[in-house]
Amino acid sequence: MNDKRGPTTGQLEFTFSRRALFIGGVQAAVGAVVATRMAYIAVAENEKYKLASESNRINLTLIPPRRGWFIDRIGKPIATNRADFRVDIIPDRLQNREQTLGTLTQLLDLKQEDLERIEKELKEAQGFQPVQVAAGLDYESFARVSVRLPDLPGVSPRQGFSRFYPSGAAVGHLLGYVGTVSAEEYRLDKNPLLITPGFKVGKQGLEKTMEMRLRGKPGAKRTEVTARGKIVRELSTRSDTPGKPVQLTIDIDLHNYAARRLGVESGSVVVIDCLTGDILALVSMPCFDPNSFSEGIGRLEWKMLNSDDRIPMLNKSLQGLYPPGSTLKPMAALAFQQQGIDPEEKVVCGGGYRLGNRVFKCLGRHGPMDMRSAIMKSCNTYFYAMANRVGYDAIAPVAKQLGLGQEFPLPFQSQRYGTVPDSAWKRKKYDQEWSRSDSLNAVIGQGYVIASPFQLAVMAARIASGRMLEPEILLKNRAAGKHLPFPEEHLQVARDGMDLVVNGAGTAVRSRLEIPGITMGGKTGTAQVRAIKGGQRGQGGARRFRDHGLFVCFAPVAQPRYAAAVVIEHGMGGARAAAPVAKDVLTFLYDREKAMASLEALEAGWGGGIDERMARQYAAFQAGQGVPVAERSEM
Amino acid sequence: MNGIVPAPIAALPWRVIFVLFGLATFGTAVLYSAAGGSFSPWAGNHFLRFCVLMTMAVVMSRLPLDFWKKITFPLYLVLLLMLVAVELIGFAGGGSQRWINLGVITFQPSELMKPTVVLVTAWFFDRLPPSKITGWDAIWPVAIMLVVPSILVIIQPDFDAALAYIFCAAVVGFLAGWPLIYFIGGGVAVAILAPLVFFFGLRPYQQDRVLIFLNPENDPLGAGYHITQSKIAIGSGGIFGKGFGNGTQSHLDYLPEGHTDFIFATMAEEWGLLGGLIIIGLYVLLMRWGLKVAMESTNRYGQLVAGGLTCTIFFYIMINLLMVVGFAPVAGLPLPFVSHGGSSMLTMMICVGIIMSIERHPGRKAFS
Repeated sequence: MNDKRGPTTGQLEFTFSRRALFIGGVQAAVGAVVATRMAYIAVAENEKYKLASESNRINLTLIPPRRGWFIDRIGKPIATNRADFRVDIIPDRLQNREQTLGTLTQLLDLKQEDLERIEKELKEAQGFQPVQVAAGLDYESFARVSVRLPDLPGVSPRQGFSRFYPSGAAVGHLLGYVGTVSAEEYRLDKNPLLITPGFKVGKQGLEKTMEMRLRGKPGAKRTEVTARGKIVRELSTRSDTPGKPVQLTIDIDLHNYAARRLGVESGSVVVIDCLTGDILALVSMPCFDPNSFSEGIGRLEWKMLNSDDRIPMLNKSLQGLYPPGSTLKPMAALAFQQQGIDPEEKVVCGGGYRLGNRVFKCLGRHGPMDMRSAIMKSCNTYFYAMANRVGYDAIAPVAKQLGLGQEFPLPFQSQRYGTVPDSAWKRKKYDQEWSRSDSLNAVIGQGYVIASPFQLAVMAARIASGRMLEPEILLKNRAAGKHLPFPEEHLQVARDGMDLVVNGAGTAVRSRLEIPGITMGGKTGTAQVRAIKGGQRGQGGARRFRDHGLFVCFAPVAQPRYAAAVVIEHGMGGARAAAPVAKDVLTFLYDREKAMASLEALEAGWGGGIDERMARQYAAFQAGQGVPVAERSEM
Repeated sequence: MNGIVPAPIAALPWRVIFVLFGLATFGTAVLYSAAGGSFSPWAGNHFLRFCVLMTMAVVMSRLPLDFWKKITFPLYLVLLLMLVAVELIGFAGGGSQRWINLGVITFQPSELMKPTVVLVTAWFFDRLPPSKITGWDAIWPVAIMLVVPSILVIIQPDFDAALAYIFCAAVVGFLAGWPLIYFIGGGVAVAILAPLVFFFGLRPYQQDRVLIFLNPENDPLGAGYHITQSKIAIGSGGIFGKGFGNGTQSHLDYLPEGHTDFIFATMAEEWGLLGGLIIIGLYVLLMRWGLKVAMESTNRYGQLVAGGLTCTIFFYIMINLLMVVGFAPVAGLPLPFVSHGGSSMLTMMICVGIIMSIERHPGRKAFS
């Protein structure tokens, strides 16, 4: 057995025991490595892994806060929250898109139009951002989806709140609407609340500008979930803190009435409290229904809104600009008196005014006119003559003091402030000198001068109250404005003229208030949409060429309390279209029953109230679009 | 003997039985908690199995060493035939199969082959004249005995088993006195070949697996998920654990295979570092016992078998624990005596039974 070159049994025994010890050492080393590693993970990195374990286990769901209400000046709700059921899709968790959508279509009776929107939003959605399938569901539909959930991964039915505007379209422009956060908005503010299903932000109007006050604080629900997402138990729930309510100066009943009273016309009504400057009504019609937006507006409805020639998406009271026409005459009267013109001085109206070799026409042959009767009859000749005497540079500052050309510090996204022209303005804008005929055009509210219905209402309120009223939409205690820099007698002349317009032998005598002891002063205006050619006076023909009808007013004449401006687009005349609306709106403030009777008679002729007519319009539009399939429209 | 305890019982290797009992009981407790505080489906089964197989091991310890020596080679041949049979059954059944169903228990030949490789290599070295240990004659028979079963299990495919065979044979060769140069050379060769194999031998998806092992966080939903969740379970347990029955990782199914391969993580979440050290400590005692038996045996076959089988158990422990703490790739090896699973427990108990037999029959100095 002994080989000189090989090991012996004894040597191997020795080798064995050494190597066995070595293996024991290796084993001990491995044990030490595992123990050390474990200690490192469990002690040094304990915090990190504890957190990871908790975030595995706990699913935090935000509960969107209920939005603060909008309430009117006496606390009536203008915008509230309505409990509703909704169904969303979380794109990340969606597994079989076709099948899931198919099942949902069946369960919720989705229309082709809804499906297109969902498909489109799913395509654009980022993984975490839920896509709304349907909102405002009844409990039955909600339950139908809920029981099928195991077969519908990625579908999330929820109970939540959606914005509700009891007045519907009437407050669309005033409040704007709410909608889901866009990808752009989320990029600017990475607040996880923004992408919580059911959370909406203000997209327009006061809803947008008052967003931070209205938003509130989200609640949270902590649930323990398994790796497969099954909820084991609810750990804790912190309820949401609703946003704070916003009280507006609006008188919602008056506002709604005015909106309804505009009827089938396209126009605006603005009512201002002459004591404070509070905006009591700020109506622009026609308007979208903000409720449609809070539930996610359909493609077709959107298309209809954008193709309507009455522009329901535009807030005409703040953003519509019109030549104010003769409504500026009381203002001009103030300027004339400021320049020393005696209100008793008479100008004889022979049907026009000659300036150089051009005759500026009047609407009639009024004979001798003083300042009051010129306002009453809306005699252009008188105003031509006086404007030619004082020049428009003397009138423009008065116009500005009364609110024309002014942008007010109101929480609306955009106001258009129009133009009060003067020589400096013209030089800057056109590099031309101001001409006398420019003055003549401007003084009757044509030519370069344009203003919004809201500015006209402010002007009426300031003339009526004699105070520098600042319009306000958020209700708060404020000091009444200081006196305008005009003597009371000057203001009284303008008011007298306006009194005569309605209660004398003026242009709006048919719109006298039928309320004992209360009279209304006003001024009509008819604004040309295009230059008069030939004999055409803008009183007929295609709608878009017809004159706008305007009316500014205040009541009661004895002690002005309310001022208003009404603009009816293409209404063909202030007396004909705008003054009757103003009459009913002011009547509503004093005698609701009478005003409602008048409105109900009118609505019967128009084919129902706002909602009814809008529903009919939508149905007609839908029918006109045929089967809405291959249509593509931009949202 | 003081006479109160009967001699045959007092003669049992109580120390190792206590160690194993400790491990199995701890495992039973963890399985009880993992099932949400229930003996079914795992804990009761586990403990019962332990008791039966422990008894089997004690019975095995009664068999003389010569018995094992005599059946070694026939046993090896029978298992080879069974591996072929499994292959054929699997082929006929139209899918890979690793076990033979014997009605009462399912029987996995590739699993039993692990201790058998130790037995057969030890048997070979015992017969080899000591002087030949450095020569070629000490290598090729081992190579053949290793390659045949390895190929058979690789076909299955079960690379882990083949790796275990190589490890077992290498350990026995090391203990038997193979020149160190074999091991150093082998280590160097692996170090050189591994990168080459990685870059030229592996398909992209296989490369991904290796990369995921090196960086599990890069693949949180795929293969890295196991390792990440296991680390979260251990790490969140801290020093004293979340308490019995309070492990969320296992109870809420975040930890995959929490009752088998990742039972250590399940345990660590509830018992913390303390529990981990207890288990490691019990394993240290077990290993020390096995190596001590090997060193105290005077019989070369007994030495090599005891050392080799101890390392077979160690192989399971090492791979499993390194995997669970994130130091080794995910492999399907359970934690001996703690994990739920019959096949591995059988193998482990066979190892223990044979080592106990060697302890009981250390041989006589006179023979050597």
